[in-house]
Amino acid sequence: MNEGYKASFRQIWKSMSLRFKIGLCIVAFFLVISFVLYWFSPGDVMALSTYKRNQPLSWEHPLGTNRQGQDIFWLLVESIHNSMVVGIVVAIAATVIGVLIGLFSGFVGGAVDRVIMFICDSIIVIPSLPILILMGSMLRGRASLMMIAGILILFNWPWPARQARSMALTIREREFVNTARFSGEGLFKIVCVEIVPHVLSWAMANFVNTVLVAIGSEASLAVLGLSSTTTPTLGNMIYWARQYQAIMLKQWVWIGSPVLATSIMFIGLFLTYTGYNEYVAKKRGR
Amino acid sequence: MMRIENISAQYQTITGPVVSVKDVNFTINDDEIFGIAGESGCGKSTLLKVLYDVIQFPLEIANGRVVLDYTDRSGQRRTLHSGEIKRAWWDAISYVPQAAMSVLNPVYRIDEQFYELFRRHRKGEGEKAMRDRVVQYLGELDLPVDILKSYPHQLSGGMRQRVVIAMATFLQPNMIFADEPTTALDVVVQKSILMMLMELQSRMHNTLVIVSHDMGVHYQITNRMGIMYSGSLMELGNTEDIFSNPLHPYTQMLIGALPKVGDKSTREGIPGGPPSLRNPPPGCRFAPRCKKACPECSQSVPKFVEVAPGRFAACHLLGK
Amino acid sequence: MRLTKFILSRIMVWLLTILVGITVVFFLQRMMPSDPIETMISKMTSMGTNLSPEALEAMRESLRRQYGLEGTLFEQYLSTITRLVHFDFGLSMANYPTPVAQMIGQALPYTVCLLMTTTILSWIIGNAIGLLAGFKKNKWYSKTLETVSMCIYPTPYFMVALVIMILMAYVKQWFPLVPSFDDFTFTWAWFSDAVYNSFMPALSLMLVGTGWWIISMKALSSNVAEEEYVNYGRMKGLTEATIGYRYVFRNSILSQVTALALHIGGAFGGSLMCEIIFGYPGVGQMVNTAINNSDYNLLTGVIFISIFAVATATLLIDLIYPLIDPRIRNS
Repeated sequence: MNEGYKASFRQIWKSMSLRFKIGLCIVAFFLVISFVLYWFSPGDVMALSTYKRNQPLSWEHPLGTNRQGQDIFWLLVESIHNSMVVGIVVAIAATVIGVLIGLFSGFVGGAVDRVIMFICDSIIVIPSLPILILMGSMLRGRASLMMIAGILILFNWPWPARQARSMALTIREREFVNTARFSGEGLFKIVCVEIVPHVLSWAMANFVNTVLVAIGSEASLAVLGLSSTTTPTLGNMIYWARQYQAIMLKQWVWIGSPVLATSIMFIGLFLTYTGYNEYVAKKRGR
Repeated sequence: MMRIENISAQYQTITGPVVSVKDVNFTINDDEIFGIAGESGCGKSTLLKVLYDVIQFPLEIANGRVVLDYTDRSGQRRTLHSGEIKRAWWDAISYVPQAAMSVLNPVYRIDEQFYELFRRHRKGEGEKAMRDRVVQYLGELDLPVDILKSYPHQLSGGMRQRVVIAMATFLQPNMIFADEPTTALDVVVQKSILMMLMELQSRMHNTLVIVSHDMGVHYQITNRMGIMYSGSLMELGNTEDIFSNPLHPYTQMLIGALPKVGDKSTREGIPGGPPSLRNPPPGCRFAPRCKKACPECSQSVPKFVEVAPGRFAACHLLGK
Repeated sequence: MRLTKFILSRIMVWLLTILVGITVVFFLQRMMPSDPIETMISKMTSMGTNLSPEALEAMRESLRRQYGLEGTLFEQYLSTITRLVHFDFGLSMANYPTPVAQMIGQALPYTVCLLMTTTILSWIIGNAIGLLAGFKKNKWYSKTLETVSMCIYPTPYFMVALVIMILMAYVKQWFPLVPSFDDFTFTWAWFSDAVYNSFMPALSLMLVGTGWWIISMKALSSNVAEEEYVNYGRMKGLTEATIGYRYVFRNSILSQVTALALHIGGAFGGSLMCEIIFGYPGVGQMVNTAINNSDYNLLTGVIFISIFAVATATLLIDLIYPLIDPRIRNS
């Protein structure tokens, strides 16, 4: 049994493109940091003057300490954790909500469908950043991460909704759904048993992409100091580093480490996203 | 005239080459309609690619060559070999593909797609001459002129096929290759497309090569034909002779499977399917399905020999 | 018939987009725990404006009216819509008493120029490179180009901006840290100076934008390159240049035009970030000023204009689309 799993896992791994593998490794690395290493964090990483200031890299402080006497390594770990959580929460919520609304819209059809799709189209067109900025600035750093996540969900559900709807439309026409419907099964059961598996592979890809978009948006906001200023995230770390003139003081590790971490993480997520899409397309035999 | 000299072609795969066309030898004459028949997967489309010189990875020629002899527009005699035949594309030889439905460029009007050919292959004959020529040519083919201003998606499947044939014959090439030209169409349209091809050939006196799995098509329009099985030619000769007196057991089965007017007996299907090209059976490849097979058949490959003038076949039984 | 329906539905989306935008802005403001009027008043008094209690009360009253805070929630909503669609955003708090509309009017040309130039340039460059990479996808340069853009595109915009700024203004002082523009004159000197000053912001926007167009065009054109009609085009003996342009390019560029419409919103967000980071004097910089001064009128105005501009640009691109796609135009 166990051997069987191992063998099929090996087979799947073999059939992946190099790009997909690299992406998955990077994402796994960041997941380990944010959900395993995070629990070893030594207390409040934001607290000022916990350590000596401006320490160089050492065993005790792998990335040194900054001007504020914070340990850069653990600050970074916590930032990655928080960014990751925002990304995953938004991605789960937006994907689930979007897929449900999309399926509903596609199956019900008619005027309801048209109205929902108009709303989708207009939300897609609206630039989300200005609205986030408006909210952030009204709350002046008192915004909690979860409020920002809420707005991000609002702007990210239409993509999966549109996709799920077009899938629902094609699936609706297929024979087996009609058969199921005429044999007296409820719509809900049809959706769960017959349709969700179809939608799942696409929803996975969308999930990864939304993680990327959400982390990116929160980070953009945080860099402007409009996200929660007290919760460390990748963008927030850059914000404080910039506030305290890390560039002028040539404290490259302080500002460089979140910049580098974000870039690598995003490249990893993006490679996973495109690699997964390619993988699915290949499996379908295109 | 095209001579096919001992051609073998194979596909490169991860697990090694798969031979799809093996030791094929024959000649296509000028001014004739030549048919290539066989079940799907017998290598006839691959053979056509080799003849038309579209050799792209993973396809490669393992052995032999194709020689094209033709008289060009200036009246000069030319000889091209595999690898050079490309140069004569559309000028001397043209192609009507299998999926004619989707071979027209969706974003250009039909006239533009004619002009494109003219500009490429008839440089310097002037735009005016070109436009007149296209309109006149469509008239000759009894095609409505207003299709010139249409986009491909506005035309029916049959009309698109006619347009593709018109494009392939527009520059009056010496040879035209048609790969299953009627397969995707309904019966009535099929008939008119075949008539169109025949008429064009008899008017231009060039060579038309038709590949089809449909023996009926061959019976209706070809002068000579070859029967392929598992990558090799099994029989070749005048179409009439082949239908009236099939020599090879495979040909007999193909013809036996055809419906005949007034015949109420059940059709004899051909049991089994063609062998895998990856692991072909030893000896005659048809032997496993052949009702007349003798022990020799599964041991040595029968030679493709001239059994009567212009009549070739590859079967051990014929020598006896 | 189908064309009319297409145009009508696009216009509907345009109207609805603006309406949804206003609605989101409206309810966001109402949901905020802080009272914008009190924030403004305290801001003004803290700036040293000495007002008598009566004057203060009168001002509060006028602000409430101006801000549309009178009547029921629904009345407030209606009055907000009416005000916004007339481009009446009230007076700026930071620059009292300049009307917000006037301030935006001064800043908007800078943003529009920057955004249009970079979006169009990166669309053209990205699609050209992407076409090459997709059409000749087995060549080494195609793979290199794709890998490079795969690394640049997903990187969040402000990262690219920061790196460019650090490299080109701190480490090497090639370009000014903060761009400055003289008053507009129609001279070569002004023009070259403007290009010099906006080089870093434009470069950063273009890097990110181009990366995306390369990736998407590569995917599109390599799919189109495998279509039957492209293969057949080759068998007609057409030149590679003809195949590349008339077959692959013409058939893949269509979806890129639609994609451009969907991309404008994101690009606008990017240019806001860009202006804030580089201190470029456009609408984004105005957002920065508004944030720092809690100038909500200015902020609301800028955001409404953003939504309006993005929706309109999207509409225009969508309406151009039938002109270039015969499949829609002719049916």
